[in-house]
Amino acid sequence: MSSPDDLTGPKQALYQARKGIYPKAVDGFYRRLKWGIMAVTLAIYYITPWIRWDRGAYAPDQAVLVDLANRRFYMFQIEIWPHEFYYVVGLLVMAGIGLFLLTSAVGRAWCGYSCPQTVWTDLFQHVERFIDGDRNAQMRLEKAAWGPQKAAKRLGKWSVWLFIAFWTGGAWIMYFADAPTLVRDFWSGNAAPVAYATVGILTATTFIFGGFMREQVCIYMCPWPRIQTAMMDEKSLLVTYKDWRGEERGSLKAAQADPAAFGDCIDCNQCVAVCPTGIDIREGPQIGCITCALCIDACDKVMAQIGKPRGLIDYCTLDDADVEKAGGTGKTALKTLLHPRTLIYFGIWVAIGLAMLFTLGQRTRLDLAVQPDRNPVYVRLSDGSIRNNYTLKIRNMETRPRIVDVYVEGLPGAVVWTPEGDRAFAKTNINFAVAPDAVHKVRLFIAAPAKGEERTEFRITTRARTGDERGDSDTVVFERPANEENEEVDE
Amino acid sequence: MAENKRIDAPTGTQTVGHEWDGIEELDTPMPRWWVLTFWACIIWALGYVVLFPAIPMLNGATQGLWNWSSRGQFEQELKAETLRRAPIANALAAITVEQLAGNEKLYQAAIEGGRAAFKVHCVQCHGSGAAGSKGYPNLNDDDWLWGGDLAAIHYTLTNGVRQPDHEATRFSQMPAFAGVLANGEIDAVTTFVRSLSSLENASAKSAAGATIFAANCASCHGVDGKGIREFGAPNLTDGIWLYGGDKANLTTTVNKARYGVMPRWDNRLDPVTIKMLAAYVHSLGGGEAGPAPAATPAPDPVKVAPNVQP
Repeated sequence: MSSPDDLTGPKQALYQARKGIYPKAVDGFYRRLKWGIMAVTLAIYYITPWIRWDRGAYAPDQAVLVDLANRRFYMFQIEIWPHEFYYVVGLLVMAGIGLFLLTSAVGRAWCGYSCPQTVWTDLFQHVERFIDGDRNAQMRLEKAAWGPQKAAKRLGKWSVWLFIAFWTGGAWIMYFADAPTLVRDFWSGNAAPVAYATVGILTATTFIFGGFMREQVCIYMCPWPRIQTAMMDEKSLLVTYKDWRGEERGSLKAAQADPAAFGDCIDCNQCVAVCPTGIDIREGPQIGCITCALCIDACDKVMAQIGKPRGLIDYCTLDDADVEKAGGTGKTALKTLLHPRTLIYFGIWVAIGLAMLFTLGQRTRLDLAVQPDRNPVYVRLSDGSIRNNYTLKIRNMETRPRIVDVYVEGLPGAVVWTPEGDRAFAKTNINFAVAPDAVHKVRLFIAAPAKGEERTEFRITTRARTGDERGDSDTVVFERPANEENEEVDE
Repeated sequence: MAENKRIDAPTGTQTVGHEWDGIEELDTPMPRWWVLTFWACIIWALGYVVLFPAIPMLNGATQGLWNWSSRGQFEQELKAETLRRAPIANALAAITVEQLAGNEKLYQAAIEGGRAAFKVHCVQCHGSGAAGSKGYPNLNDDDWLWGGDLAAIHYTLTNGVRQPDHEATRFSQMPAFAGVLANGEIDAVTTFVRSLSSLENASAKSAAGATIFAANCASCHGVDGKGIREFGAPNLTDGIWLYGGDKANLTTTVNKARYGVMPRWDNRLDPVTIKMLAAYVHSLGGGEAGPAPAATPAPDPVKVAPNVQP
């Protein structure tokens, strides 16, 4: 048996405090690309709920609206009802496949450029630099004792962060109600409690995740980095430190003294200084790398200064890395992007999109759902005929009132009426005025002679007077008493 | 095993000391915020234990400072729900059951309320689908012993059928004809009754039965056999038989008579529930129109032209 001392092994803390990361400002192609994507994504997020879209008098005029209270989802020309949720599922599947496609083509580009965690952290870091100064100033301030100046700067920074965080939460709720009305209600205290709670929670998470948690979210909380490792292969683009070109690294002075002994890396640590997750890319691919490519910008700048070609750190696939190590040149960007895996993902993605567009074009805006009464399955009437009861749900999914005809087809001698109507005047068809964008639920009585099959299949068809000429129909069963009971009647 | 713990050079992190076929596991330290979150959860749990029922004791759990219980919450919700429904109940209390017809919204509310009450008080005899069974009328059909408009159904519900010591109850009694009529005569009269609804073809026996019917039965069931609602005497010419229309059942009925009863509900249920039940039963498909509607409701496009051809 080993002694207790052996069991403890080398001493190591069980827990680790977050190490401060103070990414340095950098400029370059990828930084500008990030600015652009940040501007576009934030603009989409903040502006979309304010776009108006005329749908007539009976529907909201907000272009994108998730109307949970009335169970409708509006997206420009498209209106989705709860029973059409498969369109939302399709969108989610497309988003999923889109992420697969993006990952297998350009690695963790989602993480590096358009993930909300990245975008808001980037925005918050920009605020931080604006108030506290760049990397070195931030580090000095962090170490400095608390005084009026530090307190003022901290308070200022946190206030701006809170302000942004509040607007982030505030914009979110605009997707779920008429934006102008909601803003008025929100500030006059008349909005729903859930609106205030949502804004509160999103303000808190934005403030904490963007201001303080930052890379901790990516490294410890987010499942995506783990999932991605299964999706990347040797043809995926990674931010790569080209060690075959950079090593041995040494200071510029040492390298100039003995060029043959050193590679291009002058160990200036700029790639580490600009990294928003605080890693050293020269250690190779790692889970902390969100492939934001800021180290590429930083390194390119240094390479330009010392008169070496750019791209010591660059996007590179593992395949190309092997080729380049052997002295060859890698594939062109287009060839890198187009390989079977990306093409298959793209094919699936496009197929789902086209299938959804096709069904969207084909769908009717009039829908019928018939539910027969199960208890009792039939009722014998005093004249000996048999009545079955059905509950009809007629969905008028157009935003205008319509008159809808309902026909009974394939049930000889059948007549149809409603609880408000009268059997004496019943015919084989009936009509209803259905409100715009509404479900008309109605109980239908259908009576037919007792003679006939125990179970007769027939159709209930509905057609609107205007639009949706095809209508919709349901095949249902008319139940009669078992035959031996009918045979009581003498011929 | 543990002696294999070592610092992994590339990561600078300690390994857990296990090794499987050359694969080792890093013992990466937890981030501190995770531990803080864990502690926060423990503190929250302590608060929960103090405030809510938590620790199981011999006779139930500890009460908790807030005295919360699921039963208490249920009662609160029930109270709130009763309060929410109060306007409907008050409105129903204020009007007679006939006036329901003019108020579509209230009518629908009454039907839904009746649907719930029916499941509690009526299903024992009439069945959960109100389809009844032998001796218990089917409430879905269009045949009514005592009348099928809202007021008549309401009256039957309120006063019951053949309730002893209750003046207003629906009452009638068919005599037992065993001993009054000879067996042959009873055979003839049942044959005649069955012929009324074409269950049997007319014959010499049924013709003989007709004479006996006119002498003994027509006073209640009518000369034509169509029944008289004042006496709750059933229509014998239709397709509906409460106790069965076959020969054996009919013979029993004539011999021994039937005496179906239904409780009066005015001393068991509140007036609003009885109105709701009347509305529900009336809505099942056989409800008859009232004798003369007091006021004509605003014309509804559906009702005005229920069967317009396109």
